[in-house]
Amino acid sequence: MKRFKLMLAVSLISLIALGALAGCKKKAATPFPASGVVAGWDKSSETRTFEPKDLWQYIDGDSEQYIQAGVVSTSTSDYKYKGQLEAVVDVYTMSGPDGAQTILERGQTKDAKAINIGDQGLQYAQSVTFRKGAHLVRIVAYQSNADSMQSLAALAHGVEANL
Amino acid sequence: MTSRREFMKEAATGALVLGAQKGHALTRGLDSRSESKAKVVIARDPALHGADGKLDSARVGSLLDRAISAYTGHRRPVDAWKRLVVDGGAKDKVIGLKTNGLGGKGISTHAVLVLAIAERLQQAGVKPGNILIWDRNARDLQACGLTINTDPNQVRCFGSDVSGFEDAVEIWGSSRVRFSKILTRECAMVINLPILKDHSMSGVTFAMKNMYGVVERPQDLHANGCNPGVADLNAFPTIRQKIKLTIGDAMTSVYDGGPGFRPEHLWQPNALIVGEDRVAIDQIAWGILDKKRAEMGLKTLEAAGRPPRYIATAADSAHALGVNDQQRIKLIEI
Repeated sequence: MKRFKLMLAVSLISLIALGALAGCKKKAATPFPASGVVAGWDKSSETRTFEPKDLWQYIDGDSEQYIQAGVVSTSTSDYKYKGQLEAVVDVYTMSGPDGAQTILERGQTKDAKAINIGDQGLQYAQSVTFRKGAHLVRIVAYQSNADSMQSLAALAHGVEANL
Repeated sequence: MTSRREFMKEAATGALVLGAQKGHALTRGLDSRSESKAKVVIARDPALHGADGKLDSARVGSLLDRAISAYTGHRRPVDAWKRLVVDGGAKDKVIGLKTNGLGGKGISTHAVLVLAIAERLQQAGVKPGNILIWDRNARDLQACGLTINTDPNQVRCFGSDVSGFEDAVEIWGSSRVRFSKILTRECAMVINLPILKDHSMSGVTFAMKNMYGVVERPQDLHANGCNPGVADLNAFPTIRQKIKLTIGDAMTSVYDGGPGFRPEHLWQPNALIVGEDRVAIDQIAWGILDKKRAEMGLKTLEAAGRPPRYIATAADSAHALGVNDQQRIKLIEI
């Protein structure tokens, strides 16, 4: 009986450990879709990640508003769409949803169109910004064409699925 | 505003005066400049961008030539560049072209402008290896559309990530900085090539703010809307002595949401802004941004709570970097 209890305890501990590992793995998964996962889009650069103290290296003075809003981590990667569009995807992970919402609202202009993505999303001709929980995602294209709004929205949904 | 006729008159008069002096404003130095009017040239070409939205490189070259001729009074651009090199103390020495690629592709100093300047310097007799295009790092330079090149026989292009920074910390006012070795050891003279942008903290980023890219930790200078950070940094002797001329890229700009690339706030002023007085240039740039913001129904930078106060600080007697009084700025628009 003692031996059975011991085996049961070991099994339980193992299960908990495996569960914890699986959880860690899930958290560590990248929000950036691999090439081809979203039709037409290829990931064209390595993902770069910045802690708050280093965020200035990426966005200079803009970093301050993100730090004040509680940014915990920022990741960015470049994408290309069928050789026609180049875009950059920035994922800001904040300490809570409020910080992400603050940044989302701050950048909003009257030209913004609502897009059904995450908790709230805004779209312009060459960009999509949305919030999902504590994540703020900004996708910006360097060019525009007839399909750019649609293709950017598709990429945004691909990122959202990984958050 | 100066009409075309007034400009032609000023240019002709200026050429005579300059001819008599056998030099141009670069020879006068900072002290005398603060006592006379600071000259700033805005050269525009509404057709600078083609129908496809891309810059027309030939037109950019022509615009650069017009701007430099108007600024120096030399009819032939090659003569103007020769004079700039000699008066800048850079004959047979390295001339740096300091770009700004921080905003990423789409809102960085345009390579077509940088390469046009490098070409004209060579036409003026500067050896390719004595031209060094630089910025913080390779990524910023690539954002401008430039290619890294360390070959000493060609026009070089690399960042402070290659050169490194001085060990010594220098202090001026509130600034404690370590300078890029490109500025301190490589360049005898630097031509400042910023790009005009709105800035979420400092209001305007252009001529003086571009110097944040010559030090190791610019984030330390961002407090209080970059005031007095921008002014203090520009007051260092190294910067005063080596940054001789600014050719500001206002061909594309962002009037709100900067300093990053914000396509929803992008516009094309199609202009180059040339001068030596970085304070005067930034004062003019502030007016340009505010005018565009008003057109777009946005608050002025002052009303938005981020006026570029560092401009007045840079003009104060402690810094004496130039003039911000519009009455003391000779603005020439062509």
